[in-house]
Amino acid sequence: MSAMRVLLAVAATLGLGAAAIAADKPDPAADAKAFQDYFVKKFPKVAFDDFVNGPYSMNADMRRQWEEKEQFPPYEFALEAGKEMFAKPFKNGKTYADCFPNGGIGIRQNYPYFDDKEGKVITLELALNRCREANGEAPYSYVKDEMASLTAYMAYTSRGKRFDIKIPDDPRALDAFEKGKEYFYTRRGQLNFSCASCHVQSPGERIRAEILAPALGILNAMPIYRSEWSGMGTTSRRIVTCNSQTRAVPLEPQSDEYRNLEYYLSYVSNGLPVSGPGARP
Amino acid sequence: MRNFSRGIATTNVMKKIVFALMVSAVCAGSARAASEADYLTALAAAESANKEAGRLRNQWTVTQAALNAAKKAAESGNFDSALKSAQDAEALAKASIVQATSEKQRWKDMEIR
Repeated sequence: MSAMRVLLAVAATLGLGAAAIAADKPDPAADAKAFQDYFVKKFPKVAFDDFVNGPYSMNADMRRQWEEKEQFPPYEFALEAGKEMFAKPFKNGKTYADCFPNGGIGIRQNYPYFDDKEGKVITLELALNRCREANGEAPYSYVKDEMASLTAYMAYTSRGKRFDIKIPDDPRALDAFEKGKEYFYTRRGQLNFSCASCHVQSPGERIRAEILAPALGILNAMPIYRSEWSGMGTTSRRIVTCNSQTRAVPLEPQSDEYRNLEYYLSYVSNGLPVSGPGARP
Repeated sequence: MRNFSRGIATTNVMKKIVFALMVSAVCAGSARAASEADYLTALAAAESANKEAGRLRNQWTVTQAALNAAKKAAESGNFDSALKSAQDAEALAKASIVQATSEKQRWKDMEIR
């Protein structure tokens, strides 16, 4: 009888242990649902797909101005440049199309992805530079016009396609997602701001003359033409600028932290359409 | 007469007090003037703290600005200013370390669940 009791106690302990492990395991799907529910509840009048339009989904005046601006979009020159660059062969005769599924057309919604061979997140910007290097070309700066033009063209060919970021059941992928989440919510810089301070707690509010965009769908519009920059900006440029605005020293573009952040932020926006390239004040 | 003598004595005491205060003020002033060695010690402490913040991937732009200001003041021989800027840089770097350390757990408070 006492042996039975001992066995039952051991079984119960093992069961509890397994339950604790299950509770600790990251659950990206549950995180994404909670994330999306938060914004939908916070902004019940904003249509789900409209979150990709950032501040324009939050403010009627800005939206009217933007709609007029879209008649002659300021990112158009980058789009044309990107289309030319994308088609122009490298010195070895190959093109970007040779590096990507479907010739690189209509695939923006699948980036970033987790590369199980490397065990890391691969963003579209990183994949483009790796394509260049694999074909004997020098990589582009992650924060300058060439990269913005290329990604603008690739986003444009994917417009309307819904983000479909995959997180395989691989502890390294789950870890990358968790680390991206941690980065997103971690306060940094002398101003003690996290990404969430602006884009979760205060979307729709003004910060100086700007209206803050919601985090939901924020990457779907990338790359963007920013009037403040008088030019185009990549996702890398946007993150680097956010960091320095909080008086934090930015990390290197495409550092593991930024790649993980992009992975997290893209995954929780799954189901929203690609709207890039975008235009912002 | 006695009152007059007492008045003179009081005046002398006052003079001595004022003189003593002036001497102590001058001494205190010269004790506070920073030397190059003071500056270099403070700079080393600031750079060490900022390096630690870098290891934690959480440096602040204002820390680097204070370090630059300290070096610029030192180059022009203004070690009072250089010392102050280096001390500011150390305080900022230490604050960034505290932030990085405390945020290891505190970020979870902000998470949407």
